[in-house]
Amino acid sequence: MNALPIIGVWLGGWALNIWLARFDTRLSRMAVAVVFGATLLILWEMAVRIYAIPAVILPAPSQIAASFAANGSILWTDFVQTILRGALTGWLIGALAAMLTAIAIDRSPFLQRGLLPIGNFVAALPIVGIAPILVMWFGFDWQSKAAVVVVMVFFPILVNMVAGLKATDAMQRDLMASWAAPYAASLWKLRLPAAMPFLFNGLKITTTLALIGAIVAEFFGSPTRGMGFRISTAVGRLDLPLVWAEIVVAAIAGTLFYGLVALIEKKVTFWHPSQRK
Amino acid sequence: MDDTVIKAQGVGLTFQTADGPIHALKDVDLDIDRGEFVSFIGPSGCGKTTFLRSIAALETVTAGQISVNGMTPDQARKARAYGYVFQAPGLYPWRTIRGNISLPLEIMGFSREERAKRIAHVLELVELENFGGKYPWQLSGGMQQRASIARALAFDADILLMDEPFGALDEIVRDRLNEALLTLWAKTQKTIGFVTHSIPEAVYLSTKIVVMSPRPGRITRVIQSTLPRERPLEIRDTPEFIALAHEVREGLREGHSYD
Amino acid sequence: MTRVWRNAAPVLTVLMVIIAIWYLGAVRMNATWERDQAARASEELTTSQMITRTLTQDRPILPAPHQVAVGLYDGIAGQAITSRRSLVWHAWVTLSATLAGFAIGAGAGILLAVGIVHSRSMDQSVMPWAVASQTVPILAIAPMVIVVFASAGITGLLPKAIIAAWLSFFPVLVGMVKGLRTPDAMQLDQMKSWSASDNQQFWRLRLPSSLPYLFTSLKVAIAAALVGTIVGELPAGATAGLGARLLSGSYYGQTVQIWSALFAAALLAAGLVAIVGIIEKATLRRMGLAR
Repeated sequence: MNALPIIGVWLGGWALNIWLARFDTRLSRMAVAVVFGATLLILWEMAVRIYAIPAVILPAPSQIAASFAANGSILWTDFVQTILRGALTGWLIGALAAMLTAIAIDRSPFLQRGLLPIGNFVAALPIVGIAPILVMWFGFDWQSKAAVVVVMVFFPILVNMVAGLKATDAMQRDLMASWAAPYAASLWKLRLPAAMPFLFNGLKITTTLALIGAIVAEFFGSPTRGMGFRISTAVGRLDLPLVWAEIVVAAIAGTLFYGLVALIEKKVTFWHPSQRK
Repeated sequence: MDDTVIKAQGVGLTFQTADGPIHALKDVDLDIDRGEFVSFIGPSGCGKTTFLRSIAALETVTAGQISVNGMTPDQARKARAYGYVFQAPGLYPWRTIRGNISLPLEIMGFSREERAKRIAHVLELVELENFGGKYPWQLSGGMQQRASIARALAFDADILLMDEPFGALDEIVRDRLNEALLTLWAKTQKTIGFVTHSIPEAVYLSTKIVVMSPRPGRITRVIQSTLPRERPLEIRDTPEFIALAHEVREGLREGHSYD
Repeated sequence: MTRVWRNAAPVLTVLMVIIAIWYLGAVRMNATWERDQAARASEELTTSQMITRTLTQDRPILPAPHQVAVGLYDGIAGQAITSRRSLVWHAWVTLSATLAGFAIGAGAGILLAVGIVHSRSMDQSVMPWAVASQTVPILAIAPMVIVVFASAGITGLLPKAIIAAWLSFFPVLVGMVKGLRTPDAMQLDQMKSWSASDNQQFWRLRLPSSLPYLFTSLKVAIAAALVGTIVGELPAGATAGLGARLLSGSYYGQTVQIWSALFAAALLAAGLVAIVGIIEKATLRRMGLAR
């Protein structure tokens, strides 16, 4: 009997979406996604209330929102510590290092043939595992988190950037040769711009990796702030609403970070077929 | 004064492949004089593109020698002696048409004012004055190809090498561009090497038609055109034109043993 | 033969350089401690003494490659595989949860992808969230999921498998939807011109053309599943699995143990991706799609 309202909301949301999907305009598409998300949230809230699920197992969205509002300053401190100091610094250093390495090995096919298989191999490995080692080396504060992030983002960006620098076709290289263009000119004017879509592909993939690295590294030791630290201690105190509030912050930060990189990509690679209107 | 701009003597080019050597060019002798419009025609695999690329030093010959303006092709390339137009426009999508034409000028170190002047000049030559600010992907195929010709003209090399520049375009656009190319040639007095697989195009454009044949790639006939330099499109219906086309066709047939 | 060598030579060279740098790093990083020890015992260390000592420490800051190799060999071959000190045993614990989670996640991903391709409302509802969810660091909350399950009395393989499933679900879903949509308008029209049923269209056209995409995402998914399982083994209390080895190593300063567990995880990941790759090659070759 208890399940009836839940099924009712589910069917209601579903019917609304089937009706909305018929319009297939930009607005209706957005509405469908929003309705779906909202339905899930309502179902979650209802399920928690109707079945009286204890907050220790699964807090209701309203409880999470309350915790979010009540712990604003804690969440902000953690955000600065983990996202801005750990993830962002590490991501910037790692991305810059990977780009410079890619350009450095660009003139050596030997180095490329040597580094690329290793890079591809490392990119598939559980690199988070080096977190305990780097925490040991660089201490508990954000530097060790940034170091983990550097290692995690380096190879995916390197592999993409090297592929991008190769992405020019034979004709465009011949054209450069017909103008007797020196190496620097063909790198700067042809191959770097041509590599941008590939580079941004790597940059976008690694935004999530950077957050993961920074948070997970805190499980191996951290000062008394940071999202990973907060999550593990709040779990210990069974303060699940706070844990979920941190997750919401991580989700928002992840989406914003990705969205920002995607926005810059749009500006930089406006000419690429995937970006044209 | 010696008026020979490009001189090939006993030129041969052999590619080593897994299936044995391929003779892309063999015993090719040819003189091209200043101001000539020379077409290379022949079936695929006859080495016409390879020969053009060898003149441009994009390939290195394995026998004989080529001289361009009295230099080796590689010296000529470094002296920026020629502009090269490929079958596809090869414009950079992240640069506007103006930016694309400016690119070789930037590489060659022209000043900003000089670049602006030259860009305006060549845009006018190819009749794209109003499209300088557009991106390549916003233009039609024919306009893109005109922009790429403008780019090859921008640094004002004496020689223009064109590798099937209109091969990918439809016939109506191709006719218009052929006409425009002749006008341009008359205005600029350049020496043009032009690869094509269309007999009417070769006859309509050229002062000299070089017929080539494959396996090994070689020249089978060199036909001096009897048409006047001034050529309206209607010239293609004259008996003189038809006779020349017939001669080219014969040349192609005799080189082609259908083995 | 020469071709194999041509491909292998650069990789081996780079590997050798990495190992050389590693040795140098080990000597440099471990030297401080040796110098302190020597100063305390007031003895002078020659360079060769320094090198031998830094490369044979019990708890080095950076263990030398051969120490890791010995640790790895000892963990794999030197112990009974039922022993708690056997890396094979720990790897098996991790592997079983990974495979279970991968099977659940990939299966669910494929099924949902089929549904999405057939239903526009499902597509518009689920896809934006599926894509957005990839930007959320789900992995980072894995340990919490474990703790929550533990507080509800569920421990062992299942919670880890759920994390692994969750992580492998999205790559498969997104890849499979993309794959099922690859047939272009011409191919679909051709099917229509033969008046093929929806079923025939699916089995003969959409499914075969999606396979290259599916396998690419399966490789990503199985690597993600492994990472998810390992991170799921990190919370205190877990005693089995490669993640637990990492954590206990870091608690007790057993650096050789950490590095051995790390390399075991790397081998496992490489092996899993390679197996999917072999299945991919075999399948695509049978379909004539191999490049």
